[in-house]
Amino acid sequence: MLDIVFWVLAIVAVLAALAVLILRDVFRAAMALILLFLTIAALYITLSADFLAVVQILIYVGAISILIIVGIMLTQNVKRGNPSGKLVIPALVTGILLIIILALSISRTFWNISNEAPVQNTTAPLGELMFGPGGYLFPVEMIAVLVLTAILGAIVLLREK
Amino acid sequence: MSVGLEHYLILSAILFGIGLIGVLSKRNVVVILMCIEIMLNASNIALVAFSRYIEPAFLTGQLFAIFVIAVAAAEAAVGIAIIISIYRNRETINIDKFNLFKW
Repeated sequence: MLDIVFWVLAIVAVLAALAVLILRDVFRAAMALILLFLTIAALYITLSADFLAVVQILIYVGAISILIIVGIMLTQNVKRGNPSGKLVIPALVTGILLIIILALSISRTFWNISNEAPVQNTTAPLGELMFGPGGYLFPVEMIAVLVLTAILGAIVLLREK
Repeated sequence: MSVGLEHYLILSAILFGIGLIGVLSKRNVVVILMCIEIMLNASNIALVAFSRYIEPAFLTGQLFAIFVIAVAAAEAAVGIAIIISIYRNRETINIDKFNLFKW
């Protein structure tokens, strides 16, 4: 059962990623990107990462996709806005070579796969990791400062004088 | 053939390669940003798959993936701001014309 779900999600994800590259209309490419994000959230659920799936939908589909669509709308070339550049053949060669090398090295490594069951409700254990004695409190606070700095930078770049 | 760690990792590698092809070959700079987000999502899948199959009790991979999502959000915001501010000056989003560093 989980196998069929994984194969369906994997095929939809790869097709959505190819659609981002191939579609001529850049707004449809953004819609394909949103489909990819939703498919990846479903893949997280098959990996028992339920909190991460919800975070993925909230932040990627809810915020980053809207930001990308605002960027598309404010830079108005929508209908034929997704042309290929001059370097399509070298890019294809590089990408396919990278995929082949990664796939070969993944299939030839011996992984120490553990037989434990995964953690089921990950929200509370993630909360303990972040804010408890797990030691990750400082990165959490730094992420807050980083996002604040990014927002301030974006506002300074975009204000009307 | 039951689904294991290698299936998730090869899916992550394929998505990363597709994102890389997009970053190297597209002319619209917003599409390049979208392909960077594809690459970041592919690496997140690999992180979560490792966390679930190799050391399920620790959840470190999922926490790392949350940080990667936060950094990707910040980077997308700054990227879109830069693109819009260059568009205001030059009326183009063709990355071949973004030659501000040339003299």
